[in-house]
Amino acid sequence: MAANAEALALAEESSKYKWGFTSDVESELSPKGLDENTVRYISMKKGEPEWMLDWRLKAFRLWQTMEHPDWSKLNVPPIDYQDAYYYAEPKKKPTLESLDDLDPAIRETYEKLGIPIEEQKVLANVEGARKVAVDAVFDSVSVATTFREELTKAGVIFMSISEAIREHPELVRKWLGAVVPQRDNFFATLNSAVFSDGTFVYIPEGVRCPMELSTYFRINAENTGQFERTLIVADKGSYVSYLEGCTAPQRDENQLHAAVVELVALDDAEIKYSTVQNWYPGDENGMGGIYNFVTKRGHCRGARSKISWTQVETGSAVTWKYPSCVLAGEDSVGEFYSVALTNNAQQADTGTKMIHLGKNTRSTIISKGISAGRSDNTYRGLVRVGPSAENVRNFTQCDSLLLGDKCGAHTVPYIEVKNPSAQIEHEATTSKISDDQLFYAMSRGLDEEEAVALIVNGFAREVLQQLPMEFAVEAQKLLGISLEGAVG
Amino acid sequence: MLKIEDLHAGVEGTEIIKGLSLDLPAGEVHAIMGPNGSGKSTLSYVLSGRDGYEATAGSVTLDGEDLLSMEAHERAAAGLFLGLQYPVEIPGVSNVNFLRTALNAQRKLRGEDEISAADFLRETRKEAEAFDLSMDHMKRGVNVGFSGGEKKRNEMIQMAVLKPRLALLDETDSGLDIDALRVVADGINRMRSPDRSFLLITHYQRLLDYVKPDKVHVLQDGRITRTGGPELAAELEREGYVGIAA
Ligand SMILES: Nc1ncnc2c1ncn2[C@@H]1O[C@H](COP(=O)(O)OP(=O)(O)O)[C@@H](O)[C@H]1O
Ligand SMILES: [Mg+2]
Repeated sequence: MAANAEALALAEESSKYKWGFTSDVESELSPKGLDENTVRYISMKKGEPEWMLDWRLKAFRLWQTMEHPDWSKLNVPPIDYQDAYYYAEPKKKPTLESLDDLDPAIRETYEKLGIPIEEQKVLANVEGARKVAVDAVFDSVSVATTFREELTKAGVIFMSISEAIREHPELVRKWLGAVVPQRDNFFATLNSAVFSDGTFVYIPEGVRCPMELSTYFRINAENTGQFERTLIVADKGSYVSYLEGCTAPQRDENQLHAAVVELVALDDAEIKYSTVQNWYPGDENGMGGIYNFVTKRGHCRGARSKISWTQVETGSAVTWKYPSCVLAGEDSVGEFYSVALTNNAQQADTGTKMIHLGKNTRSTIISKGISAGRSDNTYRGLVRVGPSAENVRNFTQCDSLLLGDKCGAHTVPYIEVKNPSAQIEHEATTSKISDDQLFYAMSRGLDEEEAVALIVNGFAREVLQQLPMEFAVEAQKLLGISLEGAVG
Repeated sequence: MLKIEDLHAGVEGTEIIKGLSLDLPAGEVHAIMGPNGSGKSTLSYVLSGRDGYEATAGSVTLDGEDLLSMEAHERAAAGLFLGLQYPVEIPGVSNVNFLRTALNAQRKLRGEDEISAADFLRETRKEAEAFDLSMDHMKRGVNVGFSGGEKKRNEMIQMAVLKPRLALLDETDSGLDIDALRVVADGINRMRSPDRSFLLITHYQRLLDYVKPDKVHVLQDGRITRTGGPELAAELEREGYVGIAA
C-alpha cells in the first residue's frame, strides 16, 4: 500500500516537467574529462580548419588560468569539470540536405516536443501561421535546418555554426568573439574552447528576413555539458527576428549548459532575439536540473541600430545570465524584456547590462520576476553611461511577484553615469498574489491553478506581448505549468 | 433553488453568521438588508466558497445539491454568481479575456464545449452596451482604473454573460449614481426569469425602488430578525434598523 502510494507520487512528480523524457538515441561521446586533447577531438570531429582549432586552444589555455566565479546570491556546489563529457553526437548522423535520413528516434523527440522540423508540417499545421525556420540542435550537433532554400534565395545565411565555419569562414572569423571576447568570463572562455554547435545567421544589407528563425536546443545524453555558440550578424538596414527554445530530460545529476550568444547590428539594422528557456529545473527537493550559465551580448555598432532581448526563463536549477547591449552607434536602441519564474528550489540571477557609449542612445528594461516555493529570484542590472554619450535615456521597471512566503525576490540595480546629460529612470515594485484576486477568479469558475496562471500571465503581459504570437501562447502555457502545485 | 438551514459560519474561529435560515425559490428575488457589520458580505463569501470562510453548522443546498462541499469554482459552474461589494483589479488581464476564460472554465466543468470566439464577442458587446461600458473599457485590465460605478457595472456585464441560475449581488447599488442605478436595475429586471433567482444584498432601499423583491429579510448580528414583503424595505427606511429590531 505504502509502496504503491510512493510509486504514484513519483509518477505524479515526474509528470510535472513534461519535457523530461529521454530518447533512446545511440550517441558517440568524446572521452570523459577536459584537456587539450578534448578540444582537439571536438575540432577534429567537426572537420574544422586550423585557425579554428588555434582559436579554441588559445581559449582553453586562458581558461586554465581562470578561477570559477564566486557569486554572492547564488548557491552552486563545486562543479567537477573532469567528470563530464564535452561532446556527444547521435551515431546516425543525417546529411543536412535530406531530412529523410534523420534518426527516427530524434525525429520522434522533436515531434513529442512539438517542434516543427519538417517544412511541410510547418506549413500544414497552422493555417495562416507565419513560417518559422528551425535549426534543431540535439546534444552537440545540429540535426536539421529547415527552409534553407527559401532563405538562401533571400540571401540569408541560416545554418549550424559548424557548417558556417566550413562554408563561410571569412564571416565567422571576422565576427566570432567580436562581441564576447574569449577572456570575457570563466564560462564564456570555456565555451570558446569547447563549443560544440549552435547557429549562425547572416542577414545581408537591406534584407528583411522573410520568416522567423529559431533554434531548438535539446540535451539528451547523460553527463554531457552543452556549449552552444550563436552568432547573428545583421548587416546595414536589415531585420531579423530569432527565437531559441530549450529542454532537457529529467535526470538526477546536474548538467552544465554554458552558451555564448553574440549579436551584431550594423547601421539601421534591427535584431529581435527571443528566448523561451525551459531546461529541466530539478525536482521539488532541488535534485538535478541544468546549470544555465550563459553569456549573451549584442553590439549595436551601427547608427540607429536596435537590439531587443526578450526572455522567458522558467527552467534550469540555476540561471545566471545577463543579456546585454553595447550601444555604440549613435541613436541606437537597446531593449530587455524578461520574465523569470522560479519555483521549488530553483535559483535565478538574471538581468541585463545596457552600456551606453554613443550619443542619443536609449534603452528600456522591463523585468518581471515571479518567485514561488523556496526559490530565489534576483534581478541584477547595470546601466552605464560613458563620458562622451550625450543625451542618453534609460527607463527601467522591475516588478516582483511572490507566491507564498518561503521564496525570495531581490532587485539589484547598478547605475554608473559619467555624462550629466543622461536621464535615468528606475521603478521597482514587489507584490504578492492577493487572496482577493484568487477568490475573484475562482468565484468566476477558474480552479486555483488556472487562477494563479491567469494572474501571473497578467503580471508578465508587457513582456509576453513582445514575443512572436505563436510563441507567446506557448510561453503563457509554460508559466502556468511551471507553477503547478505552487499554491494551496 | 437556494435553501439555507440554520447556518453558522465565520472567519478564523469567530462566528459571524449565527443560525441563519432562508428559502429562496426559483424565479424569486429576495433582498437581504442589514446594517454595516451585520454579516452580509460574510454570508456572500460563505455561500460562494471563499477560502477561510467556514461553515461550522447547518446546511446550504442549491437545487438540492450540497453547496458547502464544493469549491468556489465548482459553485460557479453549478450556476452561482457573486457580484462583489468591492470588485478586484487584475492588471494585465483584459476584461474580455477574463470573462471568456471564466465562461469556458465553467462550460468545461459542466462538460460543455467552449464558446466560439464570435459568439462570445457578440454577447459581450451587447452586454457592455446594455450596462453602458465601452469596448475600450472591456479591453483594459480587469477593473484597472475603473471608477466605483464602472466596477459595479462590470460585475453586471459578467453576470449577464455568465448567465447564472442564482445571483448574489452584494451592495451592487452602492457607489452608483441615479442613472447607473437605473441601468443596473433594468439589467436585473431583464434577467429575471422563472428559473433564475436573485439575492440582493443591500444597505438601502434605493435599488428596491427599481427592482421589486418578492421578499425582504432583515439581517442583524448574523441572524434574520424579520422577513416580510416589499413594504418592509420602506418601513426600514422610515424607522431604521433599531426600530425594526424592537
Ligand atoms: N476577515 C475577517 N476577520 C475577522 N472578522 C471579520 C472578517 N471579515 C468580517 N469580519 C467581521 O464580521 C462582521 C461582519 O462583516 P461583513 O460581513 O463585512 O458585514 P457587512 O457586509 O454586513 O457590512 C464585522 O463585525 C466584521 O468586522
Ligand atoms: Mg459588506
